Amino acid sequence: MANEVKQAEAEVKAEETLVQAKPVRKSDPRIKEIVLNGLIFQNPILVLFLGMCSTLAVSTSLTNALGMGLSTTIVLICSNVVISLLRKAIPKEVRIACYVVIIAGFVTIVELCLKAFLPALSESLGIFIPLIVVNCIILGRAEAFASKETPGYAALDGLSMGLGFTAALSIMGFIRELLGAGAILGHEILPVKAILIAAPCGGFLVLGTLVAVVQHFRAKPPKAPKTEAKDDTAPVEADVKGGDAQ
Amino acid sequence: MSLTELVSLSLAAILAENFVLVKFLGICPFLGVSKKTDTAIGMGLAVVFVMGLSSMVTWLVNEFLLLPLGLEYMQTVAFILVIAALVQFVELFLKKFVPTLYTALGIYLPLITTNCAVLGAALLNVQNERSFLASTAFGVFSGLGFTLAIVLFASVRERLAYAKFPKCFEGFPQALITAGLIAMAFMGFSGLQVVW
Repeated sequence: MANEVKQAEAEVKAEETLVQAKPVRKSDPRIKEIVLNGLIFQNPILVLFLGMCSTLAVSTSLTNALGMGLSTTIVLICSNVVISLLRKAIPKEVRIACYVVIIAGFVTIVELCLKAFLPALSESLGIFIPLIVVNCIILGRAEAFASKETPGYAALDGLSMGLGFTAALSIMGFIRELLGAGAILGHEILPVKAILIAAPCGGFLVLGTLVAVVQHFRAKPPKAPKTEAKDDTAPVEADVKGGDAQ
Repeated sequence: MSLTELVSLSLAAILAENFVLVKFLGICPFLGVSKKTDTAIGMGLAVVFVMGLSSMVTWLVNEFLLLPLGLEYMQTVAFILVIAALVQFVELFLKKFVPTLYTALGIYLPLITTNCAVLGAALLNVQNERSFLASTAFGVFSGLGFTLAIVLFASVRERLAYAKFPKCFEGFPQALITAGLIAMAFMGFSGLQVVW
């Protein structure tokens, strides 16, 4: 009897870890850390302030924001994996040039795919698709993470950072489309339109307000963490302090 | 290229379609190197120089290398390489001849490589099928537009350093809101055209 119960417990645990994330190594605390960092604590837009150009430019509508976010995510995952695989082969002196070429290659692939399969989206994102090359998030992750870690972690980091970018971008896109055009995903629902929000200056104003809201919550002492693991609370506090210092 | 075209191109690039405040290109250095007016001017001039040069070189690369070989789809890769090499060159040049500016610009000089304004200008030139002269002029004027925006912004920020803000707006949000207000002022230039 006792053995059976233990077996059942073990199975449940194994399932839980599978549900949490596709494990590179089973029950690895780093996986949770990487995922949470990308999505929340080190969110590229709202905390690290990277990739501002595309954020401000394409967040005029939710569709554009989602398209841009997902394109960037794909490029980020691919470039992270390749750079991580080549991390020992690339000489240190020319690494930035190498990274840029790798990233540019993937951006070109995504650009051609978008042109072929989603011409409308490609049209409305315009020049900002090739400009993913110079999105600081991608080069930043290549330099700070992928060049030091194994491909599995690098892919996960690319995914979580990319999704964090997409999420923040979509929030911006949602707010600006709702207030600026009175619509959600192109369907008009509000009778009033604040054209200023959709205009270029609206991008700055909305993002500024959004970051202020985030800083307001980060300045408060962190609430009881939702996750049980203690490893996750430590970086939170460190982040809050880092934010204050800036 | 006639004088009218040149003037209207310059008006568009500097005011009506300002790279930073209307087109959102080059935001990272705009927000990053704008705490002091001196560094802002230095950064602006470096960008003018690099953008003018890169517009020329990318036009030549596109016209004499990519188009004859039918490699238009390699534009992004080729352009970013040209720009990276140019920035490296400017960096060496400044290190040798203007070391004070070199130290002042610090980390932001290599970051011109990832300044989307530079790559953006090159790509826009190709998209609009500009001539060699027009491309160069567009690069230089866009750089000047960037300089105008960053110097204006830096001088506002210098004064803002003494202003009181709600705690959560301190730092980055404050800069963004300021930039938003300047961008709002630049909306007044939209539709500006030369009529003879």
